[in-house]
Amino acid sequence: MAKRLAVLDADRCVGCQMCMFACNRRFSSGGYSKSAIHVRSVGGVEKGFTVVVCRACEDPPCVKTCPTDALRKRVGGGVLLDPSKCIGCGRCIDACVIGAVFWDEEKNKPIICVHCGYCTRYCPYNVIGLEEV
Amino acid sequence: MWNVLYIDLSRRDFWVEDRSDLFDRWLGGIGVAVQLFKEEVKPNIDPLSPDNVIVFAVGPLTCLYPMASKTVAVFKSPLTGNLGESHAGGRSAVAIRMAGYGAIVIKGVSDMPIYLTIGDGAVRFRDASTLWGIRSTVTVGRILREKEGGKGLRTIMRIGRAGENLVRYACVVTETYRHFGRLGLGAVFGSKKLKAIVIYGRSSIAVKDPRLYRKIYDEIYDLAVKSELMKKYHDIGTSMNVSTLNAIKGLPTMNLRYSSFDKAEYISGEYLAENRLGRRVACSHCPVACIHLAALRETYEKEPYFYKTTYVSYDYEPIYALGSMLGISDTDGMLKLLDLVEIYGLDAMSTGVALAWATEAYERGLITVNDTLVELRWGYVEGYMQAVRYLVDQVNQFYRDLGLGVDYTARIYGGGDYALAFGGNEMPGYSTGVGAYLTYLTGARHSHLDSAGYSLDEKLLGREYPPPEQLVDRLVEEEAWRQVLSSLVVCFFARGIYTADRIAEALKALGVEYSRDTLVDLGFKIYEEKYKVKLDLGFKFDSLRIPKRILETEAGGRSVNESYLKTALRYFEAKVKGMLART
Repeated sequence: MAKRLAVLDADRCVGCQMCMFACNRRFSSGGYSKSAIHVRSVGGVEKGFTVVVCRACEDPPCVKTCPTDALRKRVGGGVLLDPSKCIGCGRCIDACVIGAVFWDEEKNKPIICVHCGYCTRYCPYNVIGLEEV
Repeated sequence: MWNVLYIDLSRRDFWVEDRSDLFDRWLGGIGVAVQLFKEEVKPNIDPLSPDNVIVFAVGPLTCLYPMASKTVAVFKSPLTGNLGESHAGGRSAVAIRMAGYGAIVIKGVSDMPIYLTIGDGAVRFRDASTLWGIRSTVTVGRILREKEGGKGLRTIMRIGRAGENLVRYACVVTETYRHFGRLGLGAVFGSKKLKAIVIYGRSSIAVKDPRLYRKIYDEIYDLAVKSELMKKYHDIGTSMNVSTLNAIKGLPTMNLRYSSFDKAEYISGEYLAENRLGRRVACSHCPVACIHLAALRETYEKEPYFYKTTYVSYDYEPIYALGSMLGISDTDGMLKLLDLVEIYGLDAMSTGVALAWATEAYERGLITVNDTLVELRWGYVEGYMQAVRYLVDQVNQFYRDLGLGVDYTARIYGGGDYALAFGGNEMPGYSTGVGAYLTYLTGARHSHLDSAGYSLDEKLLGREYPPPEQLVDRLVEEEAWRQVLSSLVVCFFARGIYTADRIAEALKALGVEYSRDTLVDLGFKIYEEKYKVKLDLGFKFDSLRIPKRILETEAGGRSVNESYLKTALRYFEAKVKGMLART
């Protein structure tokens, strides 16, 4: 069965950003600039946090807006990127109303979660998890 | 490559230099910061003049391993006139390294209030006239959060009115609730007319051996979340010390007239967790989430059905200083006082100790209501809140004096026997025994964290102390080792996880070769460098003042032996001078 990464309970998020660093580690580098998941406060840490990540739309608007078919639908929702086709136009960013398309400044291409679930191992508070679709 | 960002506020200029030379030799963090400080500062400068510098430094583990979440700040302290070193977490460390820097050096003075935005390879100097004088550091944070970029990825350091008004123990608040708390960095910011700094970035850091890197990472992560090593910080948080220390008679109470507090329960970590804990938050790249926020619900008088809920950060040290030290057991009253100190950007510890001295001096008639303008009485929260406002606004000569530290104030008004400062720094919250007091007297910054004598005291509970020489040897060894931790820079709370062997492995994955022995050796070298700077800046062993109060009040359930303490100090002086003579 296909799976998707889900935000299970953002109210439990402590803002440690461990998921962001985990996502980046997939590319064997430190930091969070290549992360496909982002955590930020909702107007100051005292108000809590929001976790922004692709929610695996069944019919993703980002696919519809891509002029070069670099984005194609993923089984179970969401998208997969073919970097060789991507021209870095950035239309996918505008198409995503939840802001889950991030940008790789070095490669000038989008970063979108592929729902591998690697980050979930590093969330000690069960804010995120893999769900069967 | 390790870039250092230099900022000259006087010329509104900045430049970047590759200082791999320093990072290769001194690792990072405090090791590098001390060298940068030495390069820039002449010993006899006025700490509040343009000649002082502010150095921020991170280290090789920052952004790469969990709990490497701290930034080290170094400056000449306007409180002690000596080496100022303060650590803070929040998002500061990760943001500095992601912006592409290993360290930032800020010098000069601005001719008008200014704030800095550091990101995208540039520094922007922005007019902070509108922010200057705003009552709350929380408001300043909110304004900058909306105005500046880097959402979720940035640190927002700022000072409050205490820093603007040069109270010598003003702090720098970062991300709300985290602080470069001790030794007056806030006043140095204020003297430079520097209101705030926003830092963000999105650089990438390559690792040498990705497989080894992930293996060590997982090992450290699992220890952090699954072992008992971090449980204390995770569950109740540092405030759990209130009960622990109270039980062993090591909780300074009412200006250290006592070492335990009969009403400690109401300010204890357990009580707060049960009744007020509203949220827990974490520093960037730390899964522990030790930052505990109390939800304080208050009514507006005369306005029915109007309430506000404020989130107040609490930790052991602020609770000691603004709770037991002032005889406060009213939970909400203490939280209000904590919040006020946060809003104004004061160091909670120094503020509490200063007010505790003032309360005793008031009781004894050394100072009167003509000085304090408000009645000071143990447990009287409203009085203390008013005194904090007077202190921050520097309303009269007494509060101007108190703003220079309790050491100074007692020299003017008397009461030195119970002015609880060591090396000019107001005491931390451990009256556990001679180990703690030796740390306060000899530590490079007179902080309990320097050599953790309190921890030795706790281990020696109910047992006989070793000869003073042995105790000092252990303190020096601990302080030297901690230089490695604060060069990497990892949180001291994770010291049980970051053993020498594990650090060597962690560095190896990044392509940095150290053995267990070379790390230990480096710790001693950095310690020596710090003490050299300290002596250059005028530190003298024979002018160390031992407040009589610590000899009068039981610590850890027994009295402090003066001759033991003095023998230890003499031995310490000889030891340090011997170490420095060799280098």
